Amino acid sequence: MELLLVILIGLLYASGIFMMLRRSMVKLIIGLILLGNGANMLIFLLGRIVKGKPPLIESSAKMLTEIYADPVPQALILTAIVISFGLQSFAIILVKRAYKITDTDDLDELNTTDEIYE
Amino acid sequence: MKTIIFKTASTYLLPLLVLFSVFILLRGHYLPGGGFVGGLIASIAFVIHSFANGLEQTKSLIKFHPGFLMPIGLCIALLSGAAPLLVGQSFMTGLWFEDPLPVIGMVGSALFFDTGVYLVVIGVTLTIIFTISETL
Amino acid sequence: MIIAILSGFIAAALIPLLSKIIKGKGSILLPFLPLSLFVYFASYLPKIGKGEKLNFVYEWVPSFGINLSFHLDGLSMLFALLITGIGTLVFFYTYSYLKGHVYLDRFYGYLSMFMASMLGLVLSDNIITLFIFWELTSISSFFLIGFNNDDPKSRKSALLALSITGMGGLFLLAGMLLLGTAGGSYSFQELLANGSLIQEHASYGWIILLVFLGAFTKSAQFPFHFWLPGAMKAPTPVSTYLHSATMVKAGIYILARFTPLLGGTTEWNTTLIIVGAVTMVYAAIHSIFRMDMKSILAYSTISALGILVFLIGLGTEESLLAAGVFILVHALYKATLFLITGIVDHETSTRDVTVLGGLRKVMMPVAIAAGLAALSNAGAPPFFGFIGKDLIYEATLHFGDWAYLLTGAAILTNICLLFAGLLAGYKPFVGNLPAEFSKVHLPHPTMWVPPLILAALGLIFGLFPVLIEKNLIQPVFSSLTNNDTVIHLKLWHGFNVVLGLSMLTLTLGVLLYWKLKPSEALFGKTLKFELFSPQTIALLFGRLFSGFAKFWTGFFQNGYLRNYVITILGFLTILLGYRLYQGVNFYVDTAKLTELTIYEVIVVLIMIVSIIFTVFSRSRLVAVASLGVIGYSICLIFLFYSAPDLAMTQFSIDTLTVILFVLVIYNLPKYKTFSKRRIRVRDGILSLFFGTLIAILTLEVLAEPLNRETSIFYAESAYILAKGKNVVNVILVDFRGLDTIVEITVLVIAAIGVFSLLKLRLKSIEKE
Repeated sequence: MELLLVILIGLLYASGIFMMLRRSMVKLIIGLILLGNGANMLIFLLGRIVKGKPPLIESSAKMLTEIYADPVPQALILTAIVISFGLQSFAIILVKRAYKITDTDDLDELNTTDEIYE
Repeated sequence: MKTIIFKTASTYLLPLLVLFSVFILLRGHYLPGGGFVGGLIASIAFVIHSFANGLEQTKSLIKFHPGFLMPIGLCIALLSGAAPLLVGQSFMTGLWFEDPLPVIGMVGSALFFDTGVYLVVIGVTLTIIFTISETL
Repeated sequence: MIIAILSGFIAAALIPLLSKIIKGKGSILLPFLPLSLFVYFASYLPKIGKGEKLNFVYEWVPSFGINLSFHLDGLSMLFALLITGIGTLVFFYTYSYLKGHVYLDRFYGYLSMFMASMLGLVLSDNIITLFIFWELTSISSFFLIGFNNDDPKSRKSALLALSITGMGGLFLLAGMLLLGTAGGSYSFQELLANGSLIQEHASYGWIILLVFLGAFTKSAQFPFHFWLPGAMKAPTPVSTYLHSATMVKAGIYILARFTPLLGGTTEWNTTLIIVGAVTMVYAAIHSIFRMDMKSILAYSTISALGILVFLIGLGTEESLLAAGVFILVHALYKATLFLITGIVDHETSTRDVTVLGGLRKVMMPVAIAAGLAALSNAGAPPFFGFIGKDLIYEATLHFGDWAYLLTGAAILTNICLLFAGLLAGYKPFVGNLPAEFSKVHLPHPTMWVPPLILAALGLIFGLFPVLIEKNLIQPVFSSLTNNDTVIHLKLWHGFNVVLGLSMLTLTLGVLLYWKLKPSEALFGKTLKFELFSPQTIALLFGRLFSGFAKFWTGFFQNGYLRNYVITILGFLTILLGYRLYQGVNFYVDTAKLTELTIYEVIVVLIMIVSIIFTVFSRSRLVAVASLGVIGYSICLIFLFYSAPDLAMTQFSIDTLTVILFVLVIYNLPKYKTFSKRRIRVRDGILSLFFGTLIAILTLEVLAEPLNRETSIFYAESAYILAKGKNVVNVILVDFRGLDTIVEITVLVIAAIGVFSLLKLRLKSIEKE
């Protein structure tokens, strides 16, 4: 499974980058989301994946003893997921506003700050 | 989207989902769940309701702007972090009541903290989605 | 002590709050701050006179061993008294000079800040604190030079001064760090005990070079002198206080302070003698061709600073004594002359010496002060300046092989300085009063009393040197030379060579004054040499520098997002590719891999298909839908591999993201393909290459053993310390709760951002 996930991560990164290199603003955001997903999977995989052993302490036990899934990357990813939602919504709205003001969604036409108000 | 089935279903779904989200929040310390997920589920509940009945209906149901939940939640989280200072311990030390309460279980500063997170998440999500659907 | 130093900062912080009171009558209260500090420091005089050295140590961050330590000895005392004493007079002077100015409060604030930093500088024992105060003086000087900030020339001069002194400050910091490393301590007292260790240290050459660069830039030594005449754009009280009496002497202070530690070597002495001599002669000659009183004084100040550097460079006991005395002499007469220039400027609105004349008829007390200062400057007996000049000649005459050359340079400098002093202190007050100045009147006493006091002190110290000999000059001498030889200041040494030289200087100076009349034509001739002056060269470098910066920025910051991404990724790919090329040692242990089930294979396949759809679809809706599928598949993977919390969160977030996209999708721009096919292929290759790199790296990391220390701690203490059984949740709300607070704050900011982007009033252009 690890090998499959590795391929998947590579693919997510590649597609994310490819979308970010496009000139359309919407594609930029989609690329951002893909890249974020790729990064989450990367962290998840690097914490080593374990099947069926969530980091929950048994009701009778006082601590985790046997092999369990690593809680630290999970906590990291959890925050990353929520944060990325905030980032995405902000980016979407920013793009929408920029589109409305500049009347273009071609990123190549947004390479100066001065011409907007002319 | 405003079909009768969806509308009726959402009316019943809303309290159920909100209740479920509180349940998720409370059990978060022992089982999967917590403030983030709970808050997200509650927001989804309201968003579904607004899809079915229109935004105005949902807004009048909540009575106040969801944005107000953000500062309230932040304050709760901060205060629960600052509470240990009052008893002379350092910032963010966990404090717990001696005996478990019925239904809720053990109550401690971590629970209040999670509640703060829960409220902030609801506030943020609903503010974003409501603002967007209002202006577009 | 700490209160004494910080009081200036406290005052500077309070002044803006009390601006109403300051701008009115209240400003007369402010001079009492430096006055009380002056009295405070003066009360230590008897102790200092007995040869005591006072240390004040305040624990600041004791756990790190960082202390605020201050040290009061003769040299610090001399400077502290100058700073607070002249400070008091300048504060009083400002009260009238800038009366009713809109930004009077601001001015006093900067002035207090400067005073405090300067005090900190001369009292610091820790050389790092010393550097901090040093920079603070540069910054307050910047604010004060640019005080008239609506004048572009003012701003330019301020910037020039800041860049020169700031650059020097960086050198000084490097020097101090090297010094601290070489000597094993950042306390000056402790360093002094290890003096020989430092002089033999391999980096000694670097240390003195860096200290020199710091000192020379600050004290306007050739070739860094050119910022000082520009700094005269500041209001006159500032020129008096910062750019003649105190701040520019900070460089001198550093050199003097470090003389017992670093001095005495050939490198140290030779450099200082050459730089000092060049500066004093160069600036002295420059000063006699100026017509603006302030310019004259500026160049003569540079020259005087050159004399001081020169004297410190000679390094004999006589010369160090001369330096100590000359610091005081110069501060007294130069401050007077500056204050008088301010009065003349204030009352007649001109500073051109070719126009001014006969002012004694309308402002007698000012004329008296000016005359006294000019005489002290000239080194006429029985003024304090005479003692100073005697000591200088004595020092140069007794300097072995080079005595004649050095004495000659000193005489030449002194003649020019004498001329400059007469030009600024004598010329405007004698002769006939031009008609346009007949209505000029004496200003408020707070303006003319301070120069009179300073000028009178120049006379009193000259007549009765015993007043300061034991309590002030002796300790200064001891801290400069680090020994306790008893010194005597005398006005009358009998008929000898030194007296002859003094008389020669006087005669030649006065002769020069009768012969040479400053005029436009003469001034114009000197301007021709400006082409080769350090200032022109420095400005040329500045232009080249900013031109290059513009080109460089324009090249990389070209505004095309794609190019940024490509640059960053390209660099990263090259770097990682090189690393991989060097040899990768990954090895996949198939036995350790988790086994594959058919469900997982299906999920991964679905994901791959959706990724392809997302990338190549021509419709926004399809792209967003496949994005949703990717998210839900990730959620399933989390579920398979024991992360229920993640799965729940990913599921809800994904739902919300899709809702969000659905809401805005028809308001978003159409899904267009802009790029050419060739570019798409290029990007495709680049991104595939990068993806492969990431995959290879991941494999390599997976082959490394994992350090689980952190997770084991969390796993073991989650219940015991935090009474929670869901370890992920415990980490979030308890162990790393502070991070979570910050995170939800970020979320709130994002929400506010969205809200304000959409709800705030549209600008007019959008309404069209």
